[in-house]
Amino acid sequence: MSNVLVALPVVLPLFAAGLTLVLSRHPGLQRAVSTLTLTAVAGIAAVLAYQADQHGPQSIWVGAWAEPLGIALVADRLSALMLLVSALVTLAVLVYSIGQGMTDDAESAPLSIYHPSFLVLTAGVSNAFLAGDLFNLFVSFEILLFASYVLLTLGGTEARVRAGTIYVVVNLLSSMLFLIAIAAVYAATGSLNFAQLAGRLDDLSPSVSLVLQLLLLTTFCIKAAVFPLSFWLPDSYPTAPAPVTAVFAGLLTKVGVYAVLRTQSLLFPDSPLTRPLLVAALLTMLVGILGAVAQSDIKRMLSFTLVSHIGYMIFGVGLATVAGFSGAIFYVVHHIMIQTTLFLVLGLVEHRAGSTSLLRLGGVARLAPVLGVLFFVPAMNLAGIPPMSGFLGKVGLSEAGIEAGGPLAYTLVAAGMTTSLLTLYAVAKSWSLAFWRTPEQAHEMAVAIQAEDDRSAGRVRVGPASFGRREMDEARSILDDTNERDLHQRLQAGDLPSRLPRSMVGATVGLVAVTLLLTVVAGPLFAFTDRAANDLLDRSPYISAVLPEELR
Amino acid sequence: MTANLTLVLTASATIGFGVYLMLERSLTRVLVGVVVMSNGVNLLILLSGGPAGRAPIVDDSDPRAMSDPLPQALMLTAIVITLATAAFLLAMAYRSWQLTGHDDVQDDVEDAAIRGLARSDEASDSYDLTLHSAGEDDAAGDSERAP
Repeated sequence: MSNVLVALPVVLPLFAAGLTLVLSRHPGLQRAVSTLTLTAVAGIAAVLAYQADQHGPQSIWVGAWAEPLGIALVADRLSALMLLVSALVTLAVLVYSIGQGMTDDAESAPLSIYHPSFLVLTAGVSNAFLAGDLFNLFVSFEILLFASYVLLTLGGTEARVRAGTIYVVVNLLSSMLFLIAIAAVYAATGSLNFAQLAGRLDDLSPSVSLVLQLLLLTTFCIKAAVFPLSFWLPDSYPTAPAPVTAVFAGLLTKVGVYAVLRTQSLLFPDSPLTRPLLVAALLTMLVGILGAVAQSDIKRMLSFTLVSHIGYMIFGVGLATVAGFSGAIFYVVHHIMIQTTLFLVLGLVEHRAGSTSLLRLGGVARLAPVLGVLFFVPAMNLAGIPPMSGFLGKVGLSEAGIEAGGPLAYTLVAAGMTTSLLTLYAVAKSWSLAFWRTPEQAHEMAVAIQAEDDRSAGRVRVGPASFGRREMDEARSILDDTNERDLHQRLQAGDLPSRLPRSMVGATVGLVAVTLLLTVVAGPLFAFTDRAANDLLDRSPYISAVLPEELR
Repeated sequence: MTANLTLVLTASATIGFGVYLMLERSLTRVLVGVVVMSNGVNLLILLSGGPAGRAPIVDDSDPRAMSDPLPQALMLTAIVITLATAAFLLAMAYRSWQLTGHDDVQDDVEDAAIRGLARSDEASDSYDLTLHSAGEDDAAGDSERAP
């Protein structure tokens, strides 16, 4: 059952990356090539999702080696769905960044490097979702990481190099760990192919397979930013340009979650580690959201909610039931969309109002009503207000938890509700401070903080948080936000850009519409994720699609 | 599977050195650490292929006497990736030196803020200071902290 389509989502962006590099002197052509490629990938992913759903997993052995030897690419229901969602999101982000590139001035990213890196990143993400063996998964992680290193340090300003350092070192360490895991798996089983491993790992002694599982899970949990391996994320993501942060936040951590899900379901189905995984999910949710509540910058606040909501997905994976897996997959789809959308909206806010710091913003809803709506809808969706997809995803996971029963599962359901409420609190705080109060109020508050600061080196309370000079300086240095004036002063001076570029707004509106559409199609989507989860627990569709009869 | 003890010891020593260097502040040392460590990890991959044998060339020797070629292929890939990483890290260390005059991996921001608060013995962020003036506040904070 060899299907050439399976290889295309990886091959096309790689070729296009080379082509855009050659075309770096012709920005128009470059943009056309990248947009066309990603549109094609989205189309192929949709066809693959249909085929995987109707005819079972699609696979291809690359390079025409004898069957267990080559590199296998597999698109089962889960992979194909992830591929489709990631293709849609990357396409939207590309359109958005093209809009930004055409309007921003000197400080913006050099487009000639941006397009090839972005396409390589897409190829890496696609390859990670399709990889049929551990080493190929390692290579795809490296592909996407390398592209992400470049994108994160674009322009090479001090703040970005600083954030990049942490990000690169952490990821290098996790790559080393992954290689050690691969060596151990190969020594223990003599294979790296997922389908072959599925059979062979079952025969290992429990202690050996526990070591292998721990190694793999640790690696993937670093990528997915699961507590306590999540501290690198909020420091490195917010400094990048808005579209880069958006695609990182949407996709890269989800690749880690996908790898955890694959490991848990295909390689170690009778895992002794589900309880530790559930505890990690609990801590990820709570610690992450408490971090989000304390932030004074919307970008950092969203980075913390990103960490926190990874906990929901790990919760579903840790339950290891059909309902749990299904809920986790649905939540991954929802969260990729919503997190990307929110970061794109913040890019628009930064473009329009000059900052994303809650200390400087005020009255954005009056300044740009469309922007207000664009922020409000996905923010409420993230917090899980009915009837939007965030609410449905949380209901799915809670039902799975209650169905599984037991004190730990109930605790997690309760923690999920709490996290949802605290998310609502965090986004509502951002909304009321940045969008609802007037710029004058914001200015007065900032001046009061300044005065208080000068008089007593004391600190001033704004809502639930308190700020001092040091926090403001810190925030400024992290966020590469060199602008000293707040929104009120800029309004007085009248040097704000009067309108937003149409393609940036268009891409964001498109993504917001898709997140709302997720609510409408939630029924069929849940049916699809149920089938995908059944496949995952059954394992045989995947194995029989990859390996010929005699090798199983 | 039997493993070669010399290789195991070499690999563990190399990885140990690598980890030690990676814990250093300077990005250049981290880079050296990464390179050293990756060599150790590559030895581990080599080990996973089982005992050494004849060159794995078809028709050259008996397949049962050949060494396993797959780990060697994996190692090659890993070496190439490490090379690229080293190049990128070097570029970044240089850029960091250009901008700041050093190439240290810097503190976590939140960490630094908390340490700053601890040094000046201030209350935490959520402590309500608007109700008191600065002087009284410190006293109140102290008495609360020492019951």
